[in-house]
Amino acid sequence: MLPMSDVIHLAITGIAQGCAYGLIALGFVLIYKATEVVNFAHGEFMMLGAFAVLTFSEVLGWGFWPAFGLGCLSIGAVGYLVDAQVMRRIIGQSQASIFILTVAFGFIFRSLAGMIFGWNTQSLDTPFDGRIALGGGIEIGTDRLAIVGATVVLVAALYLFFARTRVGIAMQAASQNQLAAFYMGIPVKRLISFTWAIGAMIAAAAGALLAPVTQVDTTIGFLGIKALSGAIIGGFGSIPGALLGCLLIGLIEPFADYYVPSIKGVSAYVVMLLVLFIRPEGLISQTYQKKA
Amino acid sequence: MSTPQMLSVRNLSIEFGGVHAVDNVSFDVQPGEVFAIIGPNGAGKSTIFNLISRFYEPTAGSIFYGEHDLLEVPAHRIVRLGIGRTFQNIELFEQATVLQNLLVGRHRHMRSNPFRDFLFLPGVKKDELVHRRKVEDVIDLLEIARYRDQRISDLPYGARKNVELARALCAEPTLLLLDEPASGLNTEETDDVSFWLEDIKHDLGVTIVMVEHDMNLVARVADRVLAINNGKVIAIGTPDEIRDNVEVQHAYLGAAA
Amino acid sequence: MQYLFKTRYEDNVRFLVKSGEKIRVGLVVLLLLAAPLMLQDYYLAELGLLLVYAIAGIGLMILTGYTGQVSLGHAAFLGIGAYSHSILMARGVPFTLSILITVLIAGLVGMLIGRSASKMHGFYLAIATLAFAILIETVFGEWKSLTGGHAGLAVPALKVFGVTLAKVWQQYYVDLVMTGIVIWGASNLFRAPTGRAFIAIRESELSARSLGVNVEWVKIQAFGVSAAITALAGALLAHQLTFLAPDVFGVLESLKLLLMIVVGGLGSILGAVFGAIFVSVLPVAISFLKDVLPPSVGQQAGLEPLLFGTIIVLFIVFEPLGIYGRWRKLRFFFETFPYYRKASFVRQKSYLKTERMR
Repeated sequence: MLPMSDVIHLAITGIAQGCAYGLIALGFVLIYKATEVVNFAHGEFMMLGAFAVLTFSEVLGWGFWPAFGLGCLSIGAVGYLVDAQVMRRIIGQSQASIFILTVAFGFIFRSLAGMIFGWNTQSLDTPFDGRIALGGGIEIGTDRLAIVGATVVLVAALYLFFARTRVGIAMQAASQNQLAAFYMGIPVKRLISFTWAIGAMIAAAAGALLAPVTQVDTTIGFLGIKALSGAIIGGFGSIPGALLGCLLIGLIEPFADYYVPSIKGVSAYVVMLLVLFIRPEGLISQTYQKKA
Repeated sequence: MSTPQMLSVRNLSIEFGGVHAVDNVSFDVQPGEVFAIIGPNGAGKSTIFNLISRFYEPTAGSIFYGEHDLLEVPAHRIVRLGIGRTFQNIELFEQATVLQNLLVGRHRHMRSNPFRDFLFLPGVKKDELVHRRKVEDVIDLLEIARYRDQRISDLPYGARKNVELARALCAEPTLLLLDEPASGLNTEETDDVSFWLEDIKHDLGVTIVMVEHDMNLVARVADRVLAINNGKVIAIGTPDEIRDNVEVQHAYLGAAA
Repeated sequence: MQYLFKTRYEDNVRFLVKSGEKIRVGLVVLLLLAAPLMLQDYYLAELGLLLVYAIAGIGLMILTGYTGQVSLGHAAFLGIGAYSHSILMARGVPFTLSILITVLIAGLVGMLIGRSASKMHGFYLAIATLAFAILIETVFGEWKSLTGGHAGLAVPALKVFGVTLAKVWQQYYVDLVMTGIVIWGASNLFRAPTGRAFIAIRESELSARSLGVNVEWVKIQAFGVSAAITALAGALLAHQLTFLAPDVFGVLESLKLLLMIVVGGLGSILGAVFGAIFVSVLPVAISFLKDVLPPSVGQQAGLEPLLFGTIIVLFIVFEPLGIYGRWRKLRFFFETFPYYRKASFVRQKSYLKTERMR
């Protein structure tokens, strides 16, 4: 049995990790709610974001915060382009084709990143390199705190955006019935590309904030799949659901890895499969029956 | 099930998050009659169908077809009791041909076994030919012969409506639930529909329950009409009675100030 | 426009009705049978590998192309087939029996997965299959006593009915026969109720249910059949590879299978075959490119996945019907010459209407 201080430490790390997954999942769910497309390449947006910020801040020497802003914006532009140039052309095709397309994009991004930025693992200097004592001998790195903080801020911002602003409500309309939204004068195509941009930006931010923990290389995008699993466990169509699921995974992983070492690294998937086996709609169920 | 039974709906209700989509609805449909359900949009008409088809679980009430309690039957067994249906937003198999759609219509009469089918045992071929023959009768009735090998995605709207009706008929139902059979059709096509409904009623002896907005069609073919508004029954009677019913007029045209 | 006048109901059921079709297919069969006389061992082995991949592709096609259930982890079944067969034969089980048992085991596993999957919404299923594949790879790696773990497992020699078939052409014929059986059987499924039910589910679960199709059970069937066929390919693949390791059946392999059926053309058996041809020719094309391109580009490690990805994207955007779609259009052009109408295959504009209902 682990000593209490270890348990608490693992739990806190777990929550921070869960928030990290949640941050990535946020973008996923956003894009899904707007277009019913699951962007399997979302983890790659995160990876590209980390590389972009790295390039701007260290290769070009512009310092972290300007690089952060520019990096997120540039990946946002990538997201916008992906939708505007590609996704728009394949509306109406089968879900299968669309998944497969986004998986292919993941490949393309990974390869391009490797070819442009190199295949070695690099590290990103962020202003979050201190540690904060939480009392009782427990410390937590400011980098992890930054992740938790960013998650809270972004969730609140997104909620307000969708619930209170005209653009946000227009986006919801477009996600439920494109044709009707068109008739209402909503510029559906632009809004959707804009949604992709926001989703990509959030992922890029996550990539940069997570860099102190994961370092920066072409494989960090696979965290996206864990985030996806977390979002599924919680129920994919809702932001609180997705976050809940990610937090759960974040919490469970360190303990699972400790007690059952043979499933190290894949405990998230085991949990997900278990949850789906028992409750195929996820913990917070979304209704998926097609209206007859 | 080869003879039509009586459809009995009693106190049927369903709630969706506080909204009573169907509220204490009761009616009977006599075997062999044409029964129309009318009402403004959102009144709950298609919901009633979805309840009978067992896509939704009611919060109260009962549905009986003859002696069978439908609430004990899962959705995919409903057709075995002789109940077939069409859908408001055509639910055909778009990437398949008309023939394939119709043959799936025969599914309840077919044995579907992966081992038999993989090896294409002689029985499978014989069954295929038998059912192909039966499907041809329906094709004749609804005059869709020239579309046989075309994909649904290539067909015009009117043809699709026909194919959907044909597919429901291939199951040899004794009760047909038609959800807006004439929506989107022009006058000639609607006329055709009315003739086919009469053929189905008289030649095949099938009971028809239809949700419809086209009052002329209803007046022409329906024996009795049920008027619904906000999930509640407002009137049941012959088409003439319903037309003269004050509440029905209010529901459609609004109450006079 | 149909220039085929069917005169008997049987024509609807038969595979090859027109004489043109019979000649084409006959020619291909003849060429395949005569291949060992014409090809050197290296190319013959490649052809055998192509056939094995065609079988795997058909397995995945049945599930994803025909029934619409996207599986991102199908290499897991390839692995289950390869390992089961090798382990059984290593313990002395004769070839035919081992194949049967392997196929059965895989079918059952498939059905189990199908049972959970049948209740899942479309993309949950895809992720679940991906997770399943990752887990199976871990199992292969960790269960050292059975599978040899990451050190690998040697595959016993190919022995059918007691006769050791060590020659390439012998193995080729085994592969050819199996491929023939699978193509015939899979095509049979789709002129029979089982296959039609699969298609029905892909197109509209709602109306399928109203017509008497037990959607959950049919999905389980689809998974079972698909897993069984893919495992058969795995078993044959084992003999080609002669040595198994867990990472051969990982996520990359699953994606290769997916690439096969998408590029080949979702929804047709022939598409799986085209896909197999494509995937077999691709590495050759890539190494050719590597020689031709300047070293700075050609030697990059990421070139292969980049090409994979780009090709998939191009196909989905510009030719969603895949190679098979192109083939159909080509045939249509010749059949209706000179009345070919370009608009025959034009897609209509479509809008997204949410399938969710809250």
